[in-house]
Amino acid sequence: MSLESVVVTGVGIVSPLGHSLDLLTDALLAGESGVRNVPELEKVGGLRSRLAATVEGINPKQIPRKIRRSMSNMSIYAYLASQQALEMAAYPTAALSAGRTGVVIGSTLGSTATSESFFADYFTDYSLERMKSGLFFQIMGHSCAANVAQSLGITGRVLAPSAACATSCQAIGYAYEQIAFGRQDAILCGGADEFHPLTAATFDIMHAASTGYNQDPSQSPRPFDAARDGIVCGEGSGVLLLEKKSVAEARGATILAELVGFATTSDTSSIANPDIGAMYECMRLAVADAGISASELDYVNAHATGTQQGDVAEAQAIRQLVGDQVPVSSFKGHLGHTMAASGAIELSASIGMMRCGELAATRNLQQVDEACAGLLHLQQNQTAQPKYILKNNFAMGGINSTVILRSSKHD
Amino acid sequence: MTEQEVIELIDSSLAEEFELERADMTPEANIYEDLGLDSLDTVDMVIVLEGAFSFKIREEESVRAIRTLGDIHRFVLEKVAQNS
Repeated sequence: MSLESVVVTGVGIVSPLGHSLDLLTDALLAGESGVRNVPELEKVGGLRSRLAATVEGINPKQIPRKIRRSMSNMSIYAYLASQQALEMAAYPTAALSAGRTGVVIGSTLGSTATSESFFADYFTDYSLERMKSGLFFQIMGHSCAANVAQSLGITGRVLAPSAACATSCQAIGYAYEQIAFGRQDAILCGGADEFHPLTAATFDIMHAASTGYNQDPSQSPRPFDAARDGIVCGEGSGVLLLEKKSVAEARGATILAELVGFATTSDTSSIANPDIGAMYECMRLAVADAGISASELDYVNAHATGTQQGDVAEAQAIRQLVGDQVPVSSFKGHLGHTMAASGAIELSASIGMMRCGELAATRNLQQVDEACAGLLHLQQNQTAQPKYILKNNFAMGGINSTVILRSSKHD
Repeated sequence: MTEQEVIELIDSSLAEEFELERADMTPEANIYEDLGLDSLDTVDMVIVLEGAFSFKIREEESVRAIRTLGDIHRFVLEKVAQNS
């Protein structure tokens, strides 16, 4: 059977650097930082990291109570991003409930904040008598996907892939495959996460969180930089509307980009440490899926979070794939690591840059680490009209994922 | 507590929980049709009232018969009187 072409027609963003694709793209190109010192982190014993890239300026009460009552912040972010994506795509409301539109949105966990709040009360007397009806809907693993589908009246497939930092890259890839296979005509796909001190703690206990820039937040994280010292956790949501190309064209939709390749693999060498060969293989499979050669890639948006080991492994894997001729940058220096949202937010920003013809440099990359050298690192913004871009996300648990986009400007 | 204080505590607790306009909270208001509550909300309504008045009402049959805000006022006033 022939596979359907899949295009991006809408993008929604809730991020530490603004709540629309335009605001995010402008902020990245201006080199802004969304990282802040969070004084509340001082209350957590043993936690050395004091930084986070948090979402500001959202008023949850803009969402009707009955929709909002089953939502923690991550679902609120996912809902607002999904609304934006549908609006940008001018997607017909009637199509949402026709069974051919789906949702594939994941998060790392259900809401940790809601769980903490419940258990803090529960442990006082082990009573369930104060447990409210909305609790489960906020802590279940498919909270974001279910809330988006329920609130927008979407009746097609609902999936909630969960693979930590690779979540939304996988979500986009799985949505692409379902549309390509003809099972759905359109899918809202991406990821969301909300910041909680335990997220920072997860990385801090493994000595992978940034702790040396607590008094100078905008200087961290530092992807590929010699003075990098780890991840800064963030939050937000990125949601893309993918559509079957023929359906999108028939309704006269503006096509932002075409999704042409996807791969996801399991690196069994370690549950925590990255492997160069496994990263390379994931990228190679995605390039093969796109039916292109690696030499045709015009830009690589790296996962690069600012950790010692991860950045080195990814740099060496990218060098193995494309050498030193393809521009490479990471947006973690601007946005921190928005976890399950990072793939969708950063891929969306890459679309924004495709469209405006300028690639953002890696913020805080001042002195390239020798172990990360041999790439065409973007240390300054670059004017470019990329046709093919490759986007990586790698996650704890040995989960690798890569998607490849083709610019619609070259059609 | 006076009767008026009980009613005020009921109304303020429900207004806060369900983001209700006080002007809509007349005794005749049907909690489903006029105030917009649903079955999930009634679960939370019981918890809110139990928290506000320190009594247990979840297992009471008469809770299920509540339809109006006035029904809630009467039900709670009766419980408060029984417990005093």
